[in-house]
Amino acid sequence: MENKSDFTGIRIGMWLFLYTEIILFGGLFVLYAVYLHMYPDDFVSGGKQLDRVIGALNTVILLISSFTVAASITAIRKNSKKLSLGLLAFSFLCGVVFLVNKYFEWGYKFHHDIYPNSETLTNGPPGENIFFGLYYVITGLHGLHVIIGMTLLAVSFIWVAKGKIEHNNFAMLENSGLYWHLVDLIWIFVFPLFYLVL
Amino acid sequence: MPAIHSFFDTPSPAGLTGVKAWLLTHDHKRLGIMYLWAVLFWFTVALTVGFLLRIELMTIGKTIMSAEIYNSAFTLHGVIMIFLFVIPAIPAIFGNFFLPIQLGTNDVFFPRLNLLSWYLYMFGGLLAIISLFTAGGFPDTGWTFYVPFSVGTNNNVPLTVFAAFILGMSSMLTGLNFITTVHRMRHKAMGWMQIPLFTWSLYATAWVQLLATPVISITLLLVIFERAFNIGLFDPDKGGDPLLYQHLFWMYSHPAVYVMILPGMGVISEIIPTFSRKAIFGYKAIVISSLGIAVAGSLVWAHHMYTSGMSDTAVFVFSLLTFLVAIPTAVKVFSWVSTMYKASIEMTPPLLYALVFIYLFSVGGLTGLVLGAAGTDIHVHDTHFVVSHFHFTMFGGTGFAFFAALHFWWPKMFGIMYNFKRAYIAATLATVGFMFHYVPMFILGMQGMPRRYYDYLPQFAQGNALAAAGGLLLFVGIMLMLINLVLSFRKREISSINPWGGVTLEWTVPSPPPLHNFVAEPNVKEYPYDFSEILTAENAGKKGQVTP
Repeated sequence: MENKSDFTGIRIGMWLFLYTEIILFGGLFVLYAVYLHMYPDDFVSGGKQLDRVIGALNTVILLISSFTVAASITAIRKNSKKLSLGLLAFSFLCGVVFLVNKYFEWGYKFHHDIYPNSETLTNGPPGENIFFGLYYVITGLHGLHVIIGMTLLAVSFIWVAKGKIEHNNFAMLENSGLYWHLVDLIWIFVFPLFYLVL
Repeated sequence: MPAIHSFFDTPSPAGLTGVKAWLLTHDHKRLGIMYLWAVLFWFTVALTVGFLLRIELMTIGKTIMSAEIYNSAFTLHGVIMIFLFVIPAIPAIFGNFFLPIQLGTNDVFFPRLNLLSWYLYMFGGLLAIISLFTAGGFPDTGWTFYVPFSVGTNNNVPLTVFAAFILGMSSMLTGLNFITTVHRMRHKAMGWMQIPLFTWSLYATAWVQLLATPVISITLLLVIFERAFNIGLFDPDKGGDPLLYQHLFWMYSHPAVYVMILPGMGVISEIIPTFSRKAIFGYKAIVISSLGIAVAGSLVWAHHMYTSGMSDTAVFVFSLLTFLVAIPTAVKVFSWVSTMYKASIEMTPPLLYALVFIYLFSVGGLTGLVLGAAGTDIHVHDTHFVVSHFHFTMFGGTGFAFFAALHFWWPKMFGIMYNFKRAYIAATLATVGFMFHYVPMFILGMQGMPRRYYDYLPQFAQGNALAAAGGLLLFVGIMLMLINLVLSFRKREISSINPWGGVTLEWTVPSPPPLHNFVAEPNVKEYPYDFSEILTAENAGKKGQVTP
């Protein structure tokens, strides 16, 4: 097929796909908007119960990893394979740290009996139940996307190591990078909506 | 010149022989054929279920099935028809087969992704079958899966919902593939205003698929989450709002009806000029109206919810927007009719189906205005009137457009022609049956018979009996049509390159087309519906011999 070399076309396809992902989360953000309008006070008190330090830390981690992924693409374009591999490995590690943080954050909430259908949430103010319900659904789905993104980064890592991704053939790496930026982008919206809601 | 093999006969590379040559193919034409058989299978199943539903409603009380089975049966009918037939039928079969050829190229942009879409489609169908027999049986919620019932019922909602999720992904990836193909693989000589209208309609459809499908994906996931974790996002006891489910659901599912109808309109826009031997009236108007429907159709979803408890302002706005969608639709209908004005019309089975489409779809569209107007909708909301309106547009519209497409492109896809006489008889039976089937439902609805009810009052008996009789005729007509098509394989009456005198690129390649579609560089016309060459050839008495 002639289109293997058509980077623009491959990129268009990827952007269209990313667009569908944004709409997927968009549905959840619509719910968030409506419920924020219904329960502004409960959302504020819910937000205060989340740990802003860990949230901010995770934001920084994702931002840095987004940068390193972009740098790894530049590295492979300049034909420095080792640097590209190193940067990819670092980005992957950032993903792991993000998930570990998330795990402790969720675990801490579970420990305080805050999870879907828990006693505290069911008997507490309805707005808080909705706030934490959305929190778990959105961060959970985002976490799933982090895992998918890490898988793509891992595959790209192997392909770079095997020489299947090279300075003139890096569509796979670029698309994985784009996907990772999407994961980052969604988090950029999730972070203020949940942690900084005042 | 060496003999040209069709894509059926082209020898496969080593390691890809026999059934593998089909199951691992990247060829858009083979995938189109594979979709064809799968879609026809599901269509027959859902048609039969729908027929049994009308038999059940033929008499008061129990006729052939219990109330529980009835509830599951109408859900099954809806789910299969919507997700496995109407949405994929025209884009996945004819779109896959003809979009690249109409664009003058050899395949879609992402051939492997195309194969993945087919597997997702098959997997979704398989999940639907499994959900029939596991964990409480098929859902009894209706295809809309409204909360709170879908969260509370004991039937196997999660698996069915997941099947719909997978099918949505399949349709989304097909859309993505088509958009990229139109942008990147169009023949160099083909400008935007030289693209055939069928491909244009698929392009507009693909955008709606991308725009809207993720919304249903997340909505269906939320139903699964609600059932698994009891979050309460739609549960008023826990602070949720069930109305939001309906908003999210229709945000996809209303645009989805345009995903269903737009490709059908594209088919009609090909058939009408071909058999009128005349340039289509208002090519640009049709293109713009396709895009207009895609945009406006995405903004009307809440007209399904006038009685659900929205604010009056919202009802007003959505009602207004709904009326606006009627305009581009009417532009198309008038363009088709104008194309036939003073044309030298040649009657063929595809044209007959197309004409029936115009009639039935117009009735469906006009009754849609009764439902789109908030005042009248309150009266007929959730009655058989809605059922009838919906079937006039989706069955009389997309369904008949699908039949028209089958008859139009069958000789190109398989290189053989079917029996005309049987095709005419089948079309007539189906149309007459259709009218007797659905017109009584309009009246029943006006009289107040609700939809989805197992039983009814004595005053509705006559209408229901009539509908069942019409349903029988319709069922027989469609079966005859399908059998006639299948029988063409036995008789193998070979069809020429251009049996209809068409002018788009697929009529310049052999029937069936060779593996790489074109044997010579495609000759892209200045204007896609220029019939002057065909007419010259016909006047010289060489019909069917037209070569590029």
